[in-house]
Amino acid sequence: MPAVLDAQRAQEIIDAHLALEGPLLPILHAFVEEFGFVDDTAVPLIANALNLSRAEVHGVLTFYHDFRREPAGKHVLKICRAEACQARGSESVARHCLADLGVDWHGTTQDGAITVEPVYCLGLCANGPSALFDDEPIAALTADKLVSVIEEAESV
Amino acid sequence: MTRVFVPRDVVALALGADKIAAAIVATAKARGADVSIVRNGSRGMFFLEPLIEVETPAGRIAYGPVTLKDVAALFDAGFLDGGTHALRIGKPEDHPFLKRQTRLTFARSGITDPVSLEDYAAHEGWLGLKRAIEIGSAAIVDEITKSGLRGRGGAGFPTGVKWKTVADTKADRKYVVCNCDEGDSGTFADRMVLEDDPYMLIEGMTICGLAVGATKGYVYCRSEYPHGIKAFNEALQRARAAGYLGKDVLGSGHAFDIELRVGAGAYVCGEETALLESLEGRRGMVRAKPPLPAINGLFQKPTVINNVLSLATAPFILAHGAKAYADFGMGRSRGTMPLQLAGNIRYGGLFETAFGLTLGEIVEDIGGGTASGRPVRAVQCGGPLGAYFPPALFDTPFDYEAFAAKDGLIGHGGIVVFDDTVDMLTMARFAMEFCAIESCGKCTPCRIGSTRGQEVIDKILAGIHVEANLRLLEDLCQTMKFGSLCALGGFAPYPVLSAMRHYPEDFKPHAAIAAE
Ligand SMILES: Cc1cc2nc3c(=O)[nH]c(=O)nc-3n(C[C@H](O)[C@H](O)[C@H](O)COP(=O)(O)O)c2cc1C
Ligand code: SF4
Ligand code: FES
Repeated sequence: MPAVLDAQRAQEIIDAHLALEGPLLPILHAFVEEFGFVDDTAVPLIANALNLSRAEVHGVLTFYHDFRREPAGKHVLKICRAEACQARGSESVARHCLADLGVDWHGTTQDGAITVEPVYCLGLCANGPSALFDDEPIAALTADKLVSVIEEAESV
Repeated sequence: MTRVFVPRDVVALALGADKIAAAIVATAKARGADVSIVRNGSRGMFFLEPLIEVETPAGRIAYGPVTLKDVAALFDAGFLDGGTHALRIGKPEDHPFLKRQTRLTFARSGITDPVSLEDYAAHEGWLGLKRAIEIGSAAIVDEITKSGLRGRGGAGFPTGVKWKTVADTKADRKYVVCNCDEGDSGTFADRMVLEDDPYMLIEGMTICGLAVGATKGYVYCRSEYPHGIKAFNEALQRARAAGYLGKDVLGSGHAFDIELRVGAGAYVCGEETALLESLEGRRGMVRAKPPLPAINGLFQKPTVINNVLSLATAPFILAHGAKAYADFGMGRSRGTMPLQLAGNIRYGGLFETAFGLTLGEIVEDIGGGTASGRPVRAVQCGGPLGAYFPPALFDTPFDYEAFAAKDGLIGHGGIVVFDDTVDMLTMARFAMEFCAIESCGKCTPCRIGSTRGQEVIDKILAGIHVEANLRLLEDLCQTMKFGSLCALGGFAPYPVLSAMRHYPEDFKPHAAIAAE
C-alpha cells in the first residue's frame, strides 16, 4: 500500500466519478478501495473538483464509520456485536478473539496483519455469531474457527 | 446429467458452500458422474444451510445442513438419485417450515438461479411489469392502494398513498429510491432479495417508476452486504442488456434505469431523509419534515422512498391483482409479512406468513424455541429500537396495531430470541450505547441523552443510588421519546423501558461488575 497519495491516480479516480449525481460517497469509497484509506491530502483535491469547501468534505469523511483515514492491517476482521449475535454469545467469542490477537476494538495486531472492527449486523442473524474476514463471511463463529480462517489467509 | 443446487446466499457461503460445490464437482469427476452445479438462492431455512438439492425424476430432493466432510458419504448414499442419508430432508416444499408459509413475495427464493433471466421469466417474472405497462399510471397506483400494502421498512405507512402523492406532484424529474440500509439486527429479508431474487426488486422499482413518472431509481445498500451488492449489480447489468431497463423499457416507450449506491456504515442513514442526504453526498443528518420526500426529496425532486420489501411486493400485486394480496392478513395489516427469525432460535430463517399469528406461535411453534435448548426469556421485535417481549406477552398477535398497543413495534419484521442467560440491564445499556454510536447529532435528547443513559445504567450496575438513578433513567427515556427529531432517539427508549418494566429483577446492582 503506498505511503503517500499518488496525486495523479487520485485525480483519475475523482474524474471518473464526476458524471454521477452526488459523487462524494462513491469517490471516498473508491479511495478506500484503491489506497486502503483516505489520506488527508486527498481532501483539498476532492473539494476542488466538487466545488465544495474542505470543511464539507472533511465533515463527510469523518461522519461515516467506513472511511478510514489511516491504513488498516493487511486483513480486516469485522465481528458482529448486534443483538441477534449477542443472543448467541458473540461478546464472549469477541473477547476471546481480541485477547488472542492482543488488540482492542479498532486495533491492529503488532505485525500489521489484522485490524479488528466492530460491526452491527451482517444479515447472518439466524446463524450467529457472525464475522466478515475481508470479504469472506463466517457464521457460527468460534475462537477456533477464526484461528483456522486466519491461518488459511496467511498461508496464501 | 444431474443438476445439483448449491445456494449462493451469504448464509450458505458463510458455512462453506463454495468449498462444498467444488468438492461435489471434484468427487463427481473422480467417480465418473455427470453433474452440473446451479448456484440457486436460499429457501430461507437457515438452520439447514448449506441445503443442497438434487434434481430427480421425482422432483428436487434436499440434504442439509451439509458440511465438506459429508460430501463423499452423500455420493456413497447415491444422493444424485435422491438416496437415503441421515441429512436427507426430502422435498424442500414438504418441509413443515416451508409448508406452513404463504410465499407471495419470496415465492422464487431458493428455487431459481437468482441472476438467470430465463429462470426469472419462467417463474412469473415480469408479469407484473407487463400488466403495469398495459394499465398505466393511475391504475397501477389504484392497485397498490387497494392491496392495503403498508411500508415494510418500519413505519407501516400506506404505500399507495405515497405513490399517489409523487404521481400527483408535477416536476421535470422524479426519483424512486429503494431503502436497502437494513440496519436492524435480526433482519435479513432485504439482503435475501438482493442475493436470492434481485430481478423482483428491479421489476418492482420499474413498476413504481411507471406509476409515478420517474425515470431514475437508486438502491441505497449498506456496505455490510458485499455479497448482496455484487449480486444486485450483476442483475442490473443483465437486465439492462436485455432491455428491461434503459431508454425504452420492454418497448413501452418509458425510460427507467437503476443505480446501486453503497452506504458507509451509518445506521441512521436508514432513516429516509438521512438516506437522501447521504445519496446527495452529505453527512447522514436527518432532515426536519415537512417537506415530505414525496414532494421535495432527492435533489429537491419528488421522490418515492420505499423499503426493499415494499417495492419487491409490487410485482405480485400487479400480476395477481390487489385482492389476491389483500385477502391475506388481519385488520389494517393486509397481505403477508416476511418474518425473520433470528438470535438464539432453533429454526432460524425467513418465514413469510399472513399477519395475525401470535408471537408465541412464531417463537415456540415455528421457531422451535431456543437453539440452546434453554427457556426463552426475552424476544426483541422490530430491531434495536424495538421493545423486549417476555413470554407473558406471547399471546400478542403479529399485527401493526396489536404490537403498538403493547408499546412495541413490528418494524421490519425481525424477531430476536434470547434464552434465560440474558441480562436485561446489559441489553438496556447496549440500546443506549448503540444510540450514542449511531446518533446523527442533530438534536440534544438523542445525542446527549444516549450517553447520559449509559452513565446512569453504569451507576445502577455499580449500586450507586439505585432507586434515584432508576427514576432518572425513566425520566431520561421520556425526554428522549418526546424530544427527539427522528425515531432513533425517539424509539431507543423502548428497549430500555420494556426491559425495566418486564424484568425489574435485573435492574439492581451487579455484584461482579461493581467489584471491578
Ligand atoms: C434510525 C432509523 C433507521 C431506519 N432504517 C431503515 C432501514 O434500514 N430500512 C428501511 O427500509 N427503513 C428504515 N427506516 C424507516 C425509513 O425512515 C422509512 O420509513 C422507510 O424507508 C419508508 O419506506 P416504506 O414506507 O416502504 O417502509 C429507518 C428509520 C429510522 C428512524
Ligand atoms: S433523534 Fe438522533 S438520529 Fe434522529 S435526528 Fe435527533 S440526533 Fe439525529
Ligand atoms: S446481528 Fe449479527 S449478523 Fe445480524
